[in-house]
Amino acid sequence: MVVRESAWGGREGRPFALLYGLAGKGAFWLVILALMLPALFFFFWMISLSFKSQVENTAYPPVFVPSSLGLESYAEVFRKHPFPQYARNSTIAGFGATGIALLVGVPAAYGIVKWRRYEMALLILLARLVPPMSFLIPWFAATRSLGLSNSYIALILGHMVAGLPLVVWIMIGFFEDLNPELEDASSVDGCGPYGSFFRIALPLTLPGLVVSSIMAFITSWNDFMFSVVLSGPKTRTLPVAVYNMLSFETVNWGPLAAATIMVTLPAVLLTLFIQRYIVSGLTAGAIKG
Amino acid sequence: MQETHHDAAGASEKETRRWRRKGIGDWIERRASLVFIAPAVFAVLLLIGYPLVWNLYMSLQKWELGRQPPEFIGLTNYINALSAPRFHQGVFKTLYYSVLATLIPTTLGLGAALAFNERFFARGLLRSVFALPMMATPVAVALIWQLMYHPALGVFNYLLSLVNLPPSLWVASSQTVIPSVALVESFQATPFAALVILGGLAALPAGLYEASKIDGASAIQRFRYLTLPLVWPYIVVVLLIRSVDALKAFDSIFVLTQGGPGRASETINILLFLQAFNFYHVGYSASMVVMLFILVVGAALVLTRLRRDPSW
Repeated sequence: MVVRESAWGGREGRPFALLYGLAGKGAFWLVILALMLPALFFFFWMISLSFKSQVENTAYPPVFVPSSLGLESYAEVFRKHPFPQYARNSTIAGFGATGIALLVGVPAAYGIVKWRRYEMALLILLARLVPPMSFLIPWFAATRSLGLSNSYIALILGHMVAGLPLVVWIMIGFFEDLNPELEDASSVDGCGPYGSFFRIALPLTLPGLVVSSIMAFITSWNDFMFSVVLSGPKTRTLPVAVYNMLSFETVNWGPLAAATIMVTLPAVLLTLFIQRYIVSGLTAGAIKG
Repeated sequence: MQETHHDAAGASEKETRRWRRKGIGDWIERRASLVFIAPAVFAVLLLIGYPLVWNLYMSLQKWELGRQPPEFIGLTNYINALSAPRFHQGVFKTLYYSVLATLIPTTLGLGAALAFNERFFARGLLRSVFALPMMATPVAVALIWQLMYHPALGVFNYLLSLVNLPPSLWVASSQTVIPSVALVESFQATPFAALVILGGLAALPAGLYEASKIDGASAIQRFRYLTLPLVWPYIVVVLLIRSVDALKAFDSIFVLTQGGPGRASETINILLFLQAFNFYHVGYSASMVVMLFILVVGAALVLTRLRRDPSW
């Protein structure tokens, strides 16, 4: 077990030790409070904006606590914008991209670990390094000439490319943690590489599949750059729609805030489930490789 | 943990070598590795590799999408970009933004990681709340910051007035726009930096600290000579990922300013987005993408070197 030492430790046994200890504790909690403050204030303000009336939102000095829990702003989002349509588009793109990324990425991760082809993993990592604009411009030209600019295909493939490195690198971590004896036993029992992948490796790495699916889905859900280039009026995703609302509703802050909450909430909630694994997903191999 | 990985991998390698001597099994196995790995590699090559080469080729063409067919003009696009003050300013702004959006989250993240490495009441819960901004939708985050930054009605200027500080124009002034936008990205990136470094801190050996305390090392000395060198690889990973992402940054800048006011926050990414998708100068923006790509790869290479050589 790791014994953690406090930064102000080592003062025991000196005079005024208790006083030092209390002051140190107070200072420490002030640091923690300061660290929490941006997140707490940001989300508080987001929620507060969405519940306040237009008058309260543009009042100066600002109103901090809404006078009532008004849902008018939320209703207005649905009244003025085809919000469910945008949500549907985001969901289609998210599931499509996640599905393909898993289909392609999970076997690749298994193969990379089993046959130790880590140079292939580095190649896939290229997708994380390349500035998206460098393939978005060609994609844009291609989708226009192929008449795909209002279809889901380009959007799904774009989001898939963003999610694929995450899936591959997360799953590499999980497959490496598998007990190799299980693999050996399965090959003795006559399981080929396919059998041991489907019957042994996949069932044992279910948590990894959950984590990488959620990561790929959030990546797609949050994406703005690909969507703004590749989505048409019919396939517009939530982040693009929310961005467009900004120019639409410059003075009406309530509906804007309500829309941002509805967009962010799924991503934030999903994050809470997989928090332990997020770092390994986002560093995508940089720590090991 | 790391050690057992290597052992396990080594054993399975021996296992596969033994397999490979078996003729038919060898053939099936080779084909299996192809079946497993090839689709992903193919997808990356087709969807990223090929467009990249295409992009490189396009950067040598004069091409206005939809207006005229491509025409080979050699390096003219590069020469035009490199001699354009707008591009120079774009490079400078990109670097300025990237340094801020890398160093702010890394520094704050290191501090936060040291704090969250302590044991205290409700640590797990507080850490979760602290990490919430990390995966929030960037467009939504930027939008709320936009409202908080509002020069006349925003809550930030009100909070400043409470402590008798002069109001700021935030993203509305060319002086403060880049730091203000970098702050928005740092808001989301700091938890990420903290969690990576926290992972490094958790892996530190406790015995070392005991010994150094007996030797009478102060908290600052312990940080400087023990903690910092040992978590340095993790800090480099954060610097690496942050600088690559900051050089590629688009969402928050585009939502907050679209490069404005004027061109004050027009980084290369914004500049080439406008050139490509508003003015359809495809060839010209392709040349700028190539240079941005070189910048990103260069930064990544320099930082990987930094990681191998921690003597500083």
